Amino acid sequence: MRTPVAYFLLLSAILFSLGTASVLLRRNALRIFMGVELQLNAVNLTLVAFSRMHMELDGQILAFFSMVVAAAEVVVGLAIIVAVFRRTSTTDVDRASVLRG
Amino acid sequence: MIDAPRVELWAILPVLMLFGGGLIALLASGFARRAAQAPFALFTLAALAAAAASALWLWNRETTTALEGMVSIDRLAVVATLALCGIGAFGAYLGFHYFERDDFRRNEFYALLLFALGGMALLVAAADLIVVFLAVEVLSLALYVMTALTFRRGPTEAAMKYFLLGAFASAFLLYGVAMSYGASATTSVQGLARALTGVGGSQPLALVGALLLVVGLGFKVSLVPFHMWTPDVYQGAPSPVTAFMSAATKVAVFVAMVRVLDVAFGSLAWDLAPAIAVLSAGSMILGSVLAIAQRDVKRMLAYSSVAQAGFILSSFVSPEREGIAAALFYLISYSAAVVGAFGVVMLISGGIREQTGFERFRGLGRRQPVLAALLSVFLLSLAGIPPTAGFVAKVLVFGAATSAGYWPLVLIGALASVAGAFFYLRVIALMAMQEPRGVDIADPSPLPRLVLAVPAVTVVVLGIVPGVIVPLLQEAGVLTW
Repeated sequence: MRTPVAYFLLLSAILFSLGTASVLLRRNALRIFMGVELQLNAVNLTLVAFSRMHMELDGQILAFFSMVVAAAEVVVGLAIIVAVFRRTSTTDVDRASVLRG
Repeated sequence: MIDAPRVELWAILPVLMLFGGGLIALLASGFARRAAQAPFALFTLAALAAAAASALWLWNRETTTALEGMVSIDRLAVVATLALCGIGAFGAYLGFHYFERDDFRRNEFYALLLFALGGMALLVAAADLIVVFLAVEVLSLALYVMTALTFRRGPTEAAMKYFLLGAFASAFLLYGVAMSYGASATTSVQGLARALTGVGGSQPLALVGALLLVVGLGFKVSLVPFHMWTPDVYQGAPSPVTAFMSAATKVAVFVAMVRVLDVAFGSLAWDLAPAIAVLSAGSMILGSVLAIAQRDVKRMLAYSSVAQAGFILSSFVSPEREGIAAALFYLISYSAAVVGAFGVVMLISGGIREQTGFERFRGLGRRQPVLAALLSVFLLSLAGIPPTAGFVAKVLVFGAATSAGYWPLVLIGALASVAGAFFYLRVIALMAMQEPRGVDIADPSPLPRLVLAVPAVTVVVLGIVPGVIVPLLQEAGVLTW
């Protein structure tokens, strides 16, 4: 028996919400970034689930694109976070406060 | 048997020119990291000219989409690409001057600029949500790095904030794409439009998808409540980068919004219009009010750009083509004014340790009459005071919103313009009426002043005879599908 698609959609919605919550609640840049990655992977699950529901492959192809984009984001994002860490010795976003107003 | 897809690379020739130029510039900067930047700047301008020429060549094409319906070849894309190339040229020149003045060699700047522009040129032609997502990512990744380019503390901090919030927004954008795909079994803009029209009843999945897409794109153009990154990033980034991204990103993303909202989700226009009106009103009010409280010109311009995004969005409540033409006119006049304004700020701020507090602008009219006059023209246009292009632009977008019956939105916009006039005119008063204090650190070289006169003349000419481009924009506003 096939598992209903709705289960996958519900699971990915929960994962996406967890990712959103960790972006909004965490203060460490790396943890925030991990939340974003969780969101992106939750979306991948949604795409694959919809792809099976519609019985066609576009969604799975899009999931591949989003994995590549996520990898590219890691490259740029970690480089920027490292650059900040070298200057301030912290990755706490609340301490990044040269710019305020 | 699988049919090989037709490869119609001519359809994305402008994009290929920009990406090709970017790759060459990147390779060259790898081998010649500390070489003189002048050849890089000239090469960038040549790549931009080639991209603009190939965009013009696409003006009279009969076909509407190419590459399996992934990109559209219409006049909207052509006009937007030309505008982007123009903004890119100013960005490249301002960057050249900025880095040259401090003898700070960052030749990757030109490669990143071309990559960002390539992503933007792809975004304005995107006819599929996959391409929208990829193009947004390409332009964003280049902009994150450009923000951090001087590797001082302020810029890297700004880049981190921009990156974290930008990636967060991308996740929403992608979730929106996924929901739209779930609702219609297609990601193509045309396919979505076909799948969603004629279906009776409410379509919650498509509506959620459209709203998530608006959230994702709204982040990029800094609409309230997705504007938190804007002041920090605009203030922290090097001024030429701010000039470039504040103008070019808005052009690219708003054109993508035209396709997503007016075409793909055109049948949901009645459901989406209230949400758009709320975002627009919020941006106009909050952007204008917060700008009044600022004591730094770059930060003030950042909040003002939040308000400007709200003004542009107010034309989106009208699904007519006047709305599209109005948005295009607003985008062009805003781009000219904001590139010029940040360019002048760059010259006044004195080098890479930018000092952009209000005290720098005190009495500038006596010390630097040319710069003060240029900045005044740009600020008057942003405030929407005749005879500048900003005034015509506001009339056009408010006209579009009124014809759609959203007169309360127009009323809010008018009040926000009055509040806006206050903080723009305050800077002009500061420059004209106060005594100068401290040492003058403004850049004395004449060439940048001459270059910045171009957007100033554009703003005034478009304000006096808007007829020179309005018919063109109305033609661009006719989407062929």
